[in-house]
Amino acid sequence: MVGLVVVSHSQTAADGIAEVAGEMGGETRIEPVGGDGQGGFGTVAGDIEAAIHDADDGDGVVVLVDLGSAVMNAEIAIEMSDAEAVIADAPVLEGTVNAAVTATGSKATVESVREQAEAARGVEKL
Amino acid sequence: MSDEGAAAVAAVGAVAERIEAERSHLTDLDSAIGDADHGGNMARGWAAAAEAVEDLEDPEPAAVVKTAGKTLLSEVGGASGPLFGGSLVFASTELEEGITAETAVAFAETYLEKVQDRGDARVGDKTMIDALVPAVHTFKKSVEVDDMTPVEALAKAVAAAERGVDFTVPIRASKGRASYLGWRSVGHQDPGATSTLYIMEELLDVATDNVDAPDELPDHAESPTIPDGEVTED
Repeated sequence: MVGLVVVSHSQTAADGIAEVAGEMGGETRIEPVGGDGQGGFGTVAGDIEAAIHDADDGDGVVVLVDLGSAVMNAEIAIEMSDAEAVIADAPVLEGTVNAAVTATGSKATVESVREQAEAARGVEKL
Repeated sequence: MSDEGAAAVAAVGAVAERIEAERSHLTDLDSAIGDADHGGNMARGWAAAAEAVEDLEDPEPAAVVKTAGKTLLSEVGGASGPLFGGSLVFASTELEEGITAETAVAFAETYLEKVQDRGDARVGDKTMIDALVPAVHTFKKSVEVDDMTPVEALAKAVAAAERGVDFTVPIRASKGRASYLGWRSVGHQDPGATSTLYIMEELLDVATDNVDAPDELPDHAESPTIPDGEVTED
């Protein structure tokens, strides 16, 4: 099953997003990761790589990110990782929920999960 | 330990000391146009890097640079971690055959390419690229066209980086957090370009100390062929 990693500058935000998406995503593995590793805001490539490792059961991982350096550190984490992992260019909460639901499908692939995460960019709320 | 490896370890230590000494200055620069964490983050990262390279059993240049980069990646955080640390990790492979004029140029070019790929910034965006691009281009040209030694070329590159840092003051930021300030970023020196210059100055210092002085200075030592202010070739 495709796994998910949620990267935020705030560990609390990452945990919360994983929690919301987990409600919809059944068995989908969702690993939240965030903060600078010293109790402050930020993102750390090594921590993201560890999360990718934890989320991967062999079918690959889609990484959802919030802002700025989260993208750079996720890119580096993916380059360091042995897992097949891609970043979804999506709003982090809505994208994670879409991805979690899609990942439960029996034919889900890294590409189909990423595609559905990115489809969340077009979601209108009003 | 090889001489080159020892020099590489010394260079990381020198950078760590310099960044620590400039910590509050870098933080002041960053508080004007960023989130005031550049000095603290960089000082923490380089201090950890200096410690990590001291612990290497066989410190060849490529291993030293790679270890420093990995440590920066995990300790610096923010955008500076991937930009400074990640780029060092990737560029370190260029030094696997040791440090020569040729491998130094390849290292500098790969480092610049990685920073540009990752940060997606161009000259004039008011970022470290404004120091790095003229420095790397000047280094390459000094070695390949003007036939300077790597240390002479590095001195030219440091001067070019210095002009690049000055160039960040009057311009408006279009990348990173400073870009949110728009015109209010004008008049402030970019912290990432500044720390890039400090790193290069320390590299030059260590390189100068570790190269045997030539018996006779070559004729081109004072070569004026590097045009001032030329920052781009692409």
